[in-house]
Amino acid sequence: MSDSDLLTTPLDPLHRQSGARMVDFAGYAMPLQYQGILAEHLHCRAEAALFDVSHMGQAILTGPDAATVLERVVTGDIAGLKAGRQRYTLLTNESGGIVDDLMVANLGAALLLVFNAGRKHIDAAHIRAILPPGVTLETQFDRALIALQGPSAADILAAIAPAAGTMRFMDAITLDIGGVSTTITRSGYTGEDGFEIGVPATAAASFVTELLADPRLHWAGLGARDSLRLEAGLPLYGQDIDATTSPIEAGLGFAIGKRRRESWNFLGGAAMRAVHDHGPTRRLVGLSAEGRAPVRAGARLQNRDGLLLGQVTSGGFAPSLQEPIALAYVRTDHAQDGTEIFADLRGRLVRLHVTPLPFIPHRYHR
Amino acid sequence: MTETRFTQDHEWIRLDGAEAIIGITDHAQSALGDVVFVELPEPGRKVAAAEACAVVESVKAASDIYAPLAGVVSETNPALTDDPALVNKDPEGSAWFFKIRLDDPSAFATLMDADAYADLVKSL
Repeated sequence: MSDSDLLTTPLDPLHRQSGARMVDFAGYAMPLQYQGILAEHLHCRAEAALFDVSHMGQAILTGPDAATVLERVVTGDIAGLKAGRQRYTLLTNESGGIVDDLMVANLGAALLLVFNAGRKHIDAAHIRAILPPGVTLETQFDRALIALQGPSAADILAAIAPAAGTMRFMDAITLDIGGVSTTITRSGYTGEDGFEIGVPATAAASFVTELLADPRLHWAGLGARDSLRLEAGLPLYGQDIDATTSPIEAGLGFAIGKRRRESWNFLGGAAMRAVHDHGPTRRLVGLSAEGRAPVRAGARLQNRDGLLLGQVTSGGFAPSLQEPIALAYVRTDHAQDGTEIFADLRGRLVRLHVTPLPFIPHRYHR
Repeated sequence: MTETRFTQDHEWIRLDGAEAIIGITDHAQSALGDVVFVELPEPGRKVAAAEACAVVESVKAASDIYAPLAGVVSETNPALTDDPALVNKDPEGSAWFFKIRLDDPSAFATLMDADAYADLVKSL
């Protein structure tokens, strides 16, 4: 695909001015890095980082009993989601697999849904297929979305939007900031405290420029976003989870609401319940490696005797830990913390251990 | 100062008698990003021209390093094992990867010179 075929986000000119290296991600020209992945990663953990995630899809669901309607295709308790709160949930298919993982926020008058970039059109069609007359899903895929993440994020945002400073983890509000209509949630995908802010496309560049006036805030690209989420033990759709993955084996059982487990009355619920009741044959686990050689996605895992145990789905060097880490599916009987596992790395065996997730503690503002 | 020659794979080669010193170019380290691990060949290993014999791992991905010419690996750089980030800091100096005792030192002249390599980088 040539550069000109790629979609761009409303912040594209700012990225290029900031020296970003742009790459094709889900059909969008997106910043991979600015100063360097390591520096951006560490700055997010130490201070604050700004990510353009406008390629993700925002959509508004409205109408009578919209929450109950949505529950037909998601695992979460959406009807029980209070106004002003957000929840991580899973869009399901008939076989109990994951169509996408998404955020749903109750904004009072409407539900705000945030889809993964590569799945947003599929998600919208999947949801629209079950909507009764009167309930509508309005996609806002041209709207900008930025993630402000890190221990200084609240301080930086509160300087221009004081109301955001008093939010707690997974709060969701709509807020007028200097005449710009924004949606703000206190959440993110780095393991740090922070916010995701939806902004109209035309106002995005000036809003971001105002935030970046704070010298503590630096741009960070997709490279750092990936290493941050991996350290935080958060699965990436298309890599660690997909339409064939059961949430049970992916360790996402927490996203199935307590009330929802009583009836499993959502698309694929029966299949998911069967995995839950019988126990999965494989589990997504964290692995830490000895030495410095990263073990990457696709690496085959085995025991000392060469018995195949599974495969790495995400792997890399953890900048904050200064050691290689990975997410992998392994046979359930080898998924206990501390289990020794070997990866075949260029014909040489590298020793790994099953490690509790997350690799570094989450620092959410609860 | 001895002449530096280059390969299509963005490696540099300097000749010291019959021994070639090999590293990656500044362009290569910049494209790779932060280097976190380097795997080097065993001294004594016989390598063919264009044979993959080392690996450089950045935060993003793993990349092969090739023997630019045939010969026997005579020495590797221990500094890279201790401090892989040296590849980003001084790629065309102290961050050399390995040395090869060449089967045919005259083959050095078949590699790209600095001007040809500069043209290659410009064309990318």
